[in-house]
Amino acid sequence: MSTESEIWQLLEEVKDPEVPVLSILDLGIVRSVKTTDHKIEIVITPTYSGCPAMDVIAMDIRLKLIEKGYRNVSITQQLSPAWTTDWMTEVGKQKLKAYGIAPPNPKQQFCSTDMFQQEAVQCPRCNSYHTELISQFGSTACKALYRCLDCKEAFDYFKCH
Amino acid sequence: MNLSTSQLFIYTLHLADNALILGQRNAEWTGHGPVLEQDIAITNISLDLLGQARNFYQYAAVLYNNFGEEEKQAVDKYIPRLWKTYNRELQEDDLAFLRDEHQFINLLLTELPKGDWAQTILRQFFFSSFQFYLYQKLQDDKDQQLSAIAEKSVKETAYHLRWSSEWVIRLGDGTNESNHRIKEALANQWMFTGEMFTPASYERTDLASLKEEWIKKMATVFQEATLEVPQQTWMQSGGKEGKHTEHMGYLLAEMQYLQRAYPNATW
Repeated sequence: MSTESEIWQLLEEVKDPEVPVLSILDLGIVRSVKTTDHKIEIVITPTYSGCPAMDVIAMDIRLKLIEKGYRNVSITQQLSPAWTTDWMTEVGKQKLKAYGIAPPNPKQQFCSTDMFQQEAVQCPRCNSYHTELISQFGSTACKALYRCLDCKEAFDYFKCH
Repeated sequence: MNLSTSQLFIYTLHLADNALILGQRNAEWTGHGPVLEQDIAITNISLDLLGQARNFYQYAAVLYNNFGEEEKQAVDKYIPRLWKTYNRELQEDDLAFLRDEHQFINLLLTELPKGDWAQTILRQFFFSSFQFYLYQKLQDDKDQQLSAIAEKSVKETAYHLRWSSEWVIRLGDGTNESNHRIKEALANQWMFTGEMFTPASYERTDLASLKEEWIKKMATVFQEATLEVPQQTWMQSGGKEGKHTEHMGYLLAEMQYLQRAYPNATW
């Protein structure tokens, strides 16, 4: 197995510290992995500008690679093109749902400044679309808070971005 | 001397200062919001702004560290004196936590006290609509890093704008009390909006067309909120040149305390 594909496999083991069921590959934030003689260069894209998980993720990547003997690692952050929830993998979306967080809808008209838009968000527990927004900002910057009007559960929605 | 690079440095500081100072103000709501969900909303906005400020400060520090002597001279009045004793490269935290009041070039609007919920909401609406149209334009800036930060931030700002627009309507078209409060906020804050569109020497965007878009947004939202766009009045200015309101010193005293009491402290 080439070093590069081994690195990709190791990155699958690095989890989002705030949503630990998602790997950073599920999240779609790893832009590239480049290996030269003894150096590994990894480029990641931040999700939100102020997301405190980004520093932790960079450190976790480093630790995971050191564990396997890769010491010469550089991790750079690339802002453009800006990360979007459309880069989240289908597997990642399934994992989110199983974890109780509604996965992001495809990026669409709701990612706009238009006021009082109602987005059809599916309840991750009972699959009903009969849900309503409680707050556009939830437990972290990337989530909104919703309520299911059928099963009455409140839930997080990983909002489209 | 590359004049445009020193101007770019100052402009980047201006964008960073706007985001940091309003982020700090909004953070004052932590644990004090009117209801839990909105407490979380306003502090999430604060976090986004802090993240944007960090991106701009990091870039400003990189620019400075690559400057030649002449360029360093040209921007010297913005450089924290304490840092000069550190004998290491300039970092984002030095710019945020060690500059004095007159070295900050944020809009006065961002430093006004948080006031009641109506004051906070209206200020956020004024600022987010300004920032949204500004970032939209900056995405096409010829400086790659500036345009990359704008491209990243504009998506966050779209949510801030939507949230604050809805709240302006909720308060304006709400109860007598909420209507009274937001009208008072409008009377207090309108005079601080003119500064956004008065170009400073380091400004890079077409502020006249930005103002048009901004005014249009005001008209749309105010109409729904049963508020009236105030007639042109005398406008406050000075923030972009480092002349601040009496509130700024107190804000910095609280924000910068730790780095000044314990220089270079980390955790």
